[in-house]
Amino acid sequence: MIAIYKKELRSYFINAIGYVYVGVFLAAAALMLCYTTLASQSYNTSSYFTMLIFAFIILIPLLTMKLFAEEKKLRTEQLLLTAPVSIWGMVLGKFLAALTLFAGTLLASCINFFPLYSYANEERAAQDYASSHIGPSTAQIVGCLIGVFLIGTAFIAIGMFVSSLTENQLAAAVITISIIVVMLLLNIVNEYIDIYAIRFVIDWICVLSRFSAFANGYIDFAAILYYLSLTGVFLLLTVRVYDKRRWG
Amino acid sequence: MIKIDHLVKNYGPNCAVDDISFEVKKGEIVGLLGPNGAGKSTTMNILTGYLSATSGNVSVAGLDILDNPLEAKKHIGYLPEQPPLYLDMTVEEYLIFNYDLKGCKLNRDKHLAEICDVVKITDVYKRVIKHLSKGYKQRVGIAQALIGSPEVIIFDEPTVGLDPKQIIEVRNLIRTLGRDHTVILSTHILQEVQAVCDRIIIINKGKIVADELTENITRAVENNRRFNVKICGPQKEVLAMLKSKPGIVYAELLSQRDGDAYTYMIESEVGIDVRKTLFYTLAEKKWPLIGIEALGMNLEDIFITIVDQTSAKNRYERHSQKSKRQKSNIESEVAESIIAKSKKNDSEFSGLFDDDNDYKK
Repeated sequence: MIAIYKKELRSYFINAIGYVYVGVFLAAAALMLCYTTLASQSYNTSSYFTMLIFAFIILIPLLTMKLFAEEKKLRTEQLLLTAPVSIWGMVLGKFLAALTLFAGTLLASCINFFPLYSYANEERAAQDYASSHIGPSTAQIVGCLIGVFLIGTAFIAIGMFVSSLTENQLAAAVITISIIVVMLLLNIVNEYIDIYAIRFVIDWICVLSRFSAFANGYIDFAAILYYLSLTGVFLLLTVRVYDKRRWG
Repeated sequence: MIKIDHLVKNYGPNCAVDDISFEVKKGEIVGLLGPNGAGKSTTMNILTGYLSATSGNVSVAGLDILDNPLEAKKHIGYLPEQPPLYLDMTVEEYLIFNYDLKGCKLNRDKHLAEICDVVKITDVYKRVIKHLSKGYKQRVGIAQALIGSPEVIIFDEPTVGLDPKQIIEVRNLIRTLGRDHTVILSTHILQEVQAVCDRIIIINKGKIVADELTENITRAVENNRRFNVKICGPQKEVLAMLKSKPGIVYAELLSQRDGDAYTYMIESEVGIDVRKTLFYTLAEKKWPLIGIEALGMNLEDIFITIVDQTSAKNRYERHSQKSKRQKSNIESEVAESIIAKSKKNDSEFSGLFDDDNDYKK
């Protein structure tokens, strides 16, 4: 598993794709901060994080599209499946590699908050009375980071599952994009539906509705559990794809 | 070392492998021979744990590939039909990845250097696999199979797409490997298994047709009855002479022409060597014989010959067992067995290897 993890992580940077991903992520994050928090001259970061989640529509498929599709096309999966590694080991190795790159970039994007903090320091110094509630809310930022990370994790699992179904990277990317778009936009659709039963069901699928607690700086354990189970289900499905193919 | 027991693999309604059983002992080099689509690759994929069998058991080094896949796979090095190479890695990175993947415990640098030495890829060690020639890629694939020094090495069509020089090198390499490893290789080229293997298993339409030592196959091949002869002289008369000559059952004018010499294909009767008498006949008529070339038998001929030989052996054994019986009884029994065999041949070999015309040359 570790060998596969290392190989995947390195392969992101042998190809341009890893650099493209990191570059686009950081640039998009910085730009979004400018257009949300900085433009509204506030310290509220929740709309920044919501925008970031929408950027995942493009970013996550970049990470996941080649994970299995390329192996299948080049027939290198035969190497992995005949090596003394279990299918779970193979899937987890790849998943963790994508997750590492994702988490690393997410952490790197935290550099965006330094201007907020330093500006808050100046503002506080300029005022003659000591005010602690000037500046960004650290609880909100940490909460949002956790939420965004979990949503990204779930999307990576979904993208990886899609990649295991096809040997065409482009198809994998397009299908992943559409799934993520649907999952994100259902939130908006839901507001126009009056029937409770349908709303309840749709609410199960849409990831964004669970994000609001994180945006307010709370840690919502039900939401954490939801995102983690979503991830687990798609990892399991990926393993099943390979299991089934062996028996096919 | 390897035991395959009543292996069946169905792809939906198609049966790719139909009840195959064989065993391979330690240190043997076994060739799986058969036309395309015979089930060779499927058998190998099941053997390496890439596919699962519909029914039947496969065990490697005493470990069942389904019950104990991780342990069993440690004993196998596998080169699939298309070498599984990561094209944008260098040879070094690729081999190190395989070393880690297989959880190899040997001294890494020394072990990899040895393997590179054996397959002669030391001079491309630092190069990106994408830029290597087909022959080198194949060798990198072989190197991958050797990592961890597995007891069983499985090669699926290892010489496809290589040039003649590379083919000879790969064959020599396999023969060298056979000294310390158990090797199974698949091919659809008879000469290849003859050159490399101790034992040949012939598979057709998912069934084992023959499982023989290479010597027996070679003997069958040497039992040659077809020749290309090149004769200077008037073609119609020569052809008429050849056709009417006793001992020759078939003669045909081929389209190759060399000055005033024409090439004819002749087939002699079983057990008769027509070459000497043909020479004297031609000398008498003053038609110079300028070339004679033995034609290899096609696989179909060979299978029939092999099966004929085994049936002859059976006949002999049965004969000695029952020699005390009355002669007429034995004769009728032999006749029966021949009839039974010939019926079997008809059903098993009709249409065999239709697509492999390249052996007929």
